[in-house]
Amino acid sequence: MQRSFLSRLTGLAAWFAALLIAFPIIWMLVTAFKTERAAIAVPPLLIFKPVLGSFAAATAQTGYLSFALNSIIVSLGATLFAVIIAFPAAYAMAFRPGRHTQGLLIWMLSTKMLPPVGALVPVYLIYRDVGLLDTRTGLIILNMLMNLPLVIWMLFSFFKDIPAAILEAALVDGVNTRQQMQHLLLPLAAPGIASTALLSIILAWNESFWSINLTAAHAGTLAAFITRFSQPEGLFWAKLSAASVLAVAPVLLFGSLTQRHLVRGLTFGAVK
Amino acid sequence: MATLELRGVRKTYGTGEVVKGVDLSIKDREFVVFVGPSGCGKSTLLRMIAGLEEISAGELLIDGVRANEIPPDERELAMVFQSYALYPHMTVAGNMGFALKMAGKPKAEIAAKVAQAARILQLEALLDRRPKMLSGGQRQRVAIGRAIVRNPKCFLFDEPLSNLDAALRVQMRTEIAKLHQELEATMVYVTHDQVEAMTMADRIVVLNGGRVEQVGAPLELYRNPASKFVAGFIGSPRMNMLEVAVAGHDGAAVRLTLPGGESLAVPARDALVKTGARVTLGLRPESLNLADDGALRGKVEVVEHLGAEMLVHVRTPQDDLLIIKAPDEARIHPNQTVGIGINPARSCLFGEDGLALILRVDALA
Ligand SMILES: Nc1ncnc2c1ncn2[C@@H]1O[C@H](COP(=O)(O)OP(=O)(O)O)[C@@H](O)[C@H]1O
Ligand SMILES: [Mg+2]
Repeated sequence: MQRSFLSRLTGLAAWFAALLIAFPIIWMLVTAFKTERAAIAVPPLLIFKPVLGSFAAATAQTGYLSFALNSIIVSLGATLFAVIIAFPAAYAMAFRPGRHTQGLLIWMLSTKMLPPVGALVPVYLIYRDVGLLDTRTGLIILNMLMNLPLVIWMLFSFFKDIPAAILEAALVDGVNTRQQMQHLLLPLAAPGIASTALLSIILAWNESFWSINLTAAHAGTLAAFITRFSQPEGLFWAKLSAASVLAVAPVLLFGSLTQRHLVRGLTFGAVK
Repeated sequence: MATLELRGVRKTYGTGEVVKGVDLSIKDREFVVFVGPSGCGKSTLLRMIAGLEEISAGELLIDGVRANEIPPDERELAMVFQSYALYPHMTVAGNMGFALKMAGKPKAEIAAKVAQAARILQLEALLDRRPKMLSGGQRQRVAIGRAIVRNPKCFLFDEPLSNLDAALRVQMRTEIAKLHQELEATMVYVTHDQVEAMTMADRIVVLNGGRVEQVGAPLELYRNPASKFVAGFIGSPRMNMLEVAVAGHDGAAVRLTLPGGESLAVPARDALVKTGARVTLGLRPESLNLADDGALRGKVEVVEHLGAEMLVHVRTPQDDLLIIKAPDEARIHPNQTVGIGINPARSCLFGEDGLALILRVDALA
């Protein structure tokens, strides 16, 4: 009796917390279906007639699809290259650790603590001089580098779950390193690699700082797309919300479809 | 089809030395067992032979050629791991054929080799199963099958039976011994179980704390242990140890004073045994017998009936525990006082440094 009351209470608390976390997203979704005038009404309107005008306005002027395409290319490209580079790195760290492996892992994570804005000016100047400003290649390189520490860490911990004896048995049996990677490590770590790639795609999709600062008309991703609707004057909340919905909808959908893999990935392979 | 030679092989991890200079020569087709307590460096030594660990100092020769720098995938050895280390995403046939496939062997040849190994190991019915669907004993067989399809120069086993239950262990023991005869291959086998060592080995290498204590045939080690450590490690139940004093020499024998003051003459031709020295007398359980007129007396603590024989645990008045192996009979009971006779012919003497004082002439007889 008492236990069922307690569990109902914790259930209620969980729902409340979830609602609190999801509130901005929900509010954004609601606002996107309002007219500009309804969007700024005080007190906020809870009951209103939904209209699709903001979506039409948001997609009409700006070429939503080309931004979306950039987001897809950048997030997939950055993830592909990050995994390709991280795979052998994580292999070496997991199965042939040296004296500096542990320190290297910690150091890699520590690079994530550097505020990106500190690197903005040098990166901007370098990109300007080598002609990478406002290019997808430039964004792919940056996103790849930013995700690399996390991708290496995750692959490393997934590889750590694979008994070293399996690779050692193959090694003694004359199977070389490339064959071990291709025929043993790749299939055995496939679920982990998938989780890692999913997370990397989402992070690259959501990356906004570099996208906003280094791109203009040509290589802008959906993050840059959103900023176009924030204006110093005039009514723009409904259009901004509609644009934001359009920007996050693909990744939200993608995330919910692959949720099971993502949870596995985020627990760093701790759950078998 | 391989000889192995270790010359002053050492292994250092950081500051600690775990293998402290091993010299050993393994003949072609020999079955050599490394035995010793857990942590004595057996696996490390085996892994250095396989090439999975670097050799810190010393030299390894395979077929007379220095192999220190040869990578493991080029040594043409095969290793069977304690954990079996099967490829979980491949079938039994896939596991056994994997190395051949990677070596680019033709499909027909791989299939023939796998079929042959499956026949030897009675795995024919299981070829399409995944390792997850096999019992421990079957997994063990697949691991061995994976080793034999490659026709390696030498097999290395690292405690391959320790994850199996007792009955299966006995069965696999004889199967591996049979395999050794069939394949005529050199085998190096690591175990902490002295029974495995005694039953399978041509030669046993007893390791202790990273050093070789003794190398020899099973019976040689049993009858003529070079040290107190080997005497205690080889043989079950353990050899009985008594602290005694040397009272004097009697021609070909030394007279010992037992803990209770009794006197015992032990054949020994060695001048190492000095009058007055404190030494350890080692007596196998079968060198003791129950005799009312025996040299020692004691109180029975436990009787283990094994059917044909029994093990009688007797506590002497000096608080030494002696285990006696005798023909099984019902008349012995706990708390009973019994007399113990000693057959000195097979006894061992160890000095204060733990080394054997008598080198027996009859050891190999
Ligand atoms: N990678 C390692 N780093 C440090 N010490 C190790 C390592 N591997 C083994 N050792 C140590 O070396 C000793 C021998 O280990 P091992 O050869 O596995 O013993 P055994 O197989 O006889 O039980 C142990 O004390 C173990 O702790
Ligand atoms: Mg071991």
